[in-house]
Amino acid sequence: MSEYSVLRLIANTITGHANWRRAWRDPEPRKSYDVIIVGGGGHGLATAFYLAKNHRVGSIAVLEKGWLGGGNTGRNTTIVRSNYMLEGHAHFYEKSLQLWEQLSRELNYNVMFSQRGVLNLGHSDAQMDGFARRGNSMRLNGIDAELLDRDQVRRRIPYLDFSDSARFPIYGGILQPRGGTARHDAVAWGLARGADRLGVDIIQNCEVTGFKTQGNQITAIETTRGEIGCGKVGFAVAGNTTQLTSKLGLKMPIESHVLQAFVTEPVKPLIDSVVTFGASHFYISQSDKGGLVLGGDLDFYNSYAQRGNMPTIEHVMAAGQAMIPGLSRMRILRHWGGVMDMSMDGSPIIGTSPIDNLYLNCGWCYGGFKATPGSGWVFAHTIANGEPHPINAKLTLDRFERGKLIDEGGKGPFPGHH
Amino acid sequence: MIIIDCPYCGPRDHAEFTYVGDAARTRPAEDASQATWFDYVYLRDNPRGPHLEYWQHSSGCRAMVKVLRDTSSHRVLACGLPADQLEAEQLEAGHLEAGQ
Repeated sequence: MSEYSVLRLIANTITGHANWRRAWRDPEPRKSYDVIIVGGGGHGLATAFYLAKNHRVGSIAVLEKGWLGGGNTGRNTTIVRSNYMLEGHAHFYEKSLQLWEQLSRELNYNVMFSQRGVLNLGHSDAQMDGFARRGNSMRLNGIDAELLDRDQVRRRIPYLDFSDSARFPIYGGILQPRGGTARHDAVAWGLARGADRLGVDIIQNCEVTGFKTQGNQITAIETTRGEIGCGKVGFAVAGNTTQLTSKLGLKMPIESHVLQAFVTEPVKPLIDSVVTFGASHFYISQSDKGGLVLGGDLDFYNSYAQRGNMPTIEHVMAAGQAMIPGLSRMRILRHWGGVMDMSMDGSPIIGTSPIDNLYLNCGWCYGGFKATPGSGWVFAHTIANGEPHPINAKLTLDRFERGKLIDEGGKGPFPGHH
Repeated sequence: MIIIDCPYCGPRDHAEFTYVGDAARTRPAEDASQATWFDYVYLRDNPRGPHLEYWQHSSGCRAMVKVLRDTSSHRVLACGLPADQLEAEQLEAGHLEAGQ
């Protein structure tokens, strides 16, 4: 496979774009692999890419039941940030952000990572105090954060509701300038191409239907494309984690919930950063095509349906209008739902499992997309070495049993509340 | 919309209800083992398909309603009081519209 470059673009333009080669192979599954990653979304592909690039583990395959990036990788609001406060989160998400900053170059594929800044609005003194605390924690961990007062926010985004009648007056905000957005499909495709170039077999339309075990080991994976032997196995199937673990008799601290997202008709440049509402759960940015990309809360009931319901849509739109009154005339072009792995403390699980050769990457709640490269990087390390990297060492499955929750929201063991 | 048949108020839009969660779990005795409590507080079956769950009619009569609902389609299969044993067959044909 050849490098993408300006010269190659010119050469292919002259020949009428007839000679582009496919970006990754479509191999038949082999009899067995040393490492099998289940799930061909961003996290699974990133894991395979970093396994092949940074570790010596032998043959690697990624099994995907549908098409690449057809799950939550294609169903998010593309926000990338690392504005976390707690130990166990901060260094992990910051590593991920640093990987984002070099990802396009590393993959020779433009993932359109745009560091346009992520601004969280505050609407009370208490909320601003909380932001100051979070910002200070972030800065102590070497992560960028700026506390903005009302006037500074107003200079950046004058069309927020700064009127006297605002139900939730804006007191200020906290900004992470290095946060931003990336093009979600490009992330899946770039990682797939990168992994494929390093020899990873990416096998699509290959759904896992069962496991063969011996003792405390998985010896083979049964799929719709036949049985495949395995050395180590990694799950990166957020939303459907418990569908696989239940086949192995593992009960997980996870519920699957549906989260909706929306895009409006395209308009001229309006919102040049990511903005989140502090009085309700609402976040918005503008895509390069001009559509406003927005989302809010879960629907708050267990679901695998990949579609949501009207009350949540109404709630999200109401929050959007309360924050930016000018949105009231916008029309929604599309909306969709993704199935979230809601963990019991709002934090992901990346690590070993009770089964010897099974590794878990799950429980991403609202925020899997931003973690894509970091998740793959630490998961690859965890699989290759049989134990977590120091920056994901706290994100273990057994933290719930040990009472070592990483509860950024302070909301307790309720999967829908985070 | 998901239409939930409240035993006291009749069929109502799910926006009137607060989702409480998995109704298949039983609260252990105070002196039960740590492992039993861990299982109760943190672990879920999280099935794809029929799921037994509680919804509170928080904007209505405030009763807890037990619902059997398919998590892959949102279709409500049966509703009753918390002590009821729900069977999908209890549902009279056409009594509830399929939830979406």
